[in-house]
Amino acid sequence: MIQFIQNLGKSTRTSFNKLGRATYFLFEIISGTLGILLRPRLLVNQLYSVGVLSFLIITISGLFVGMVLGLQGYYTLSDFGAEETLGVMVAASLVRELGPVVSALLFAGRAGSALTAEIGLMKATEQLSGMEMMAVDPIKRILTPRFLAGLISMPLLAGLFSAVGIVGGQIIGSGLLGVDQGIYWSQMQASIDFHDDIINGIIKSVVFGFVTSWIALFEGYDAIPTSEGVSRATTRTVVNSAFSILGLDFILTALMFGDN
Amino acid sequence: MQHTNTQDTIVGLFVASGIAGLLFLAMQVSNLSSFVDEDSYTITARFENSGALKVKSQVSAAGVKIGHVIGINFDPKTYESVVKMSINAKYNTLPDDTTASIFTAGLLGEQYVNLDPGGSDVYLQKDGKIEITQSAIILEKAIGQFLFKSAAEEKK
Repeated sequence: MIQFIQNLGKSTRTSFNKLGRATYFLFEIISGTLGILLRPRLLVNQLYSVGVLSFLIITISGLFVGMVLGLQGYYTLSDFGAEETLGVMVAASLVRELGPVVSALLFAGRAGSALTAEIGLMKATEQLSGMEMMAVDPIKRILTPRFLAGLISMPLLAGLFSAVGIVGGQIIGSGLLGVDQGIYWSQMQASIDFHDDIINGIIKSVVFGFVTSWIALFEGYDAIPTSEGVSRATTRTVVNSAFSILGLDFILTALMFGDN
Repeated sequence: MQHTNTQDTIVGLFVASGIAGLLFLAMQVSNLSSFVDEDSYTITARFENSGALKVKSQVSAAGVKIGHVIGINFDPKTYESVVKMSINAKYNTLPDDTTASIFTAGLLGEQYVNLDPGGSDVYLQKDGKIEITQSAIILEKAIGQFLFKSAAEEKK
């Protein structure tokens, strides 16, 4: 019994300790932001490996998600004779929810895991300590550009996901199933509000990009420097990112769309 | 050097396509584009009941969209609904005896204001008032009246 209480106390202490280290780590990363503005080359390199390399998976998934929404939406809506609202349904679900959330999940799997593995391996092969030896701050030089790249890429990728998805829904809806193209777009434009839907979706994706990059970098930086430790850290990145994205999505949705 | 130039190009393309996606969402998907329109003037109409009319609902004449609703308020003195509409300045020749009615687009569609021009030579000015209005048809009311009427006819 006492053992159990002791273990509980220990796990509380370690989780608080980890939270504290993660927060401190975040402040250190953010404090390096100004330095990066003077050396944008580092940021561009990371935008390439974080953003551009995620481009293909995001757009192709977006196209398929939009096409599935078009099909499923059509079958459900045609029961009520409301096929003309297909555009609204596809656009609202993509812009509000699926765009930010699914692209963040894909981003965590594609870019987040790669970041953790890269940083963890740098730590395991003592490249980070080597930089410190040369009086180069590894946090400012290595981690801040990656964090900023994640923060910038995420809203762009989420916007692309939604845009491609809406076009995919239109291909299925009006190309295959015979919803009128003009009605698809005009109903969408009449119902989707720029502030309520699109800006909120972008805010969501910025938050997800922030959290995913933070988790990925911290797990990599905090990994036990062995091959097993790095592999566990990579797993934790994907799992924790997915949990935080979905949990935060619920909270953000409740805050943003609660009053209508 | 060649390598970094290629990378710059690809990153530039990526950022440009991301921004294009967001712009597409803003202009094509949402209603933003229909509100950055040119000059417009406001007119008001008083309805006994404005039904499910909403701000941003469409205002049309002869089936063509000419403006949108910008405000719906309840007048506590006359117990009427005061609907403010913004009309595109291109259409400045609406007669002052225009009739405003609230219609529904389709069976389940949204409600909109339809303007039916009259024959007067005097045109509606900025902040003009439409005097002749026709309220929204409340479906429950109409069904209720119909039922009462048929019940009364049966009794005879």
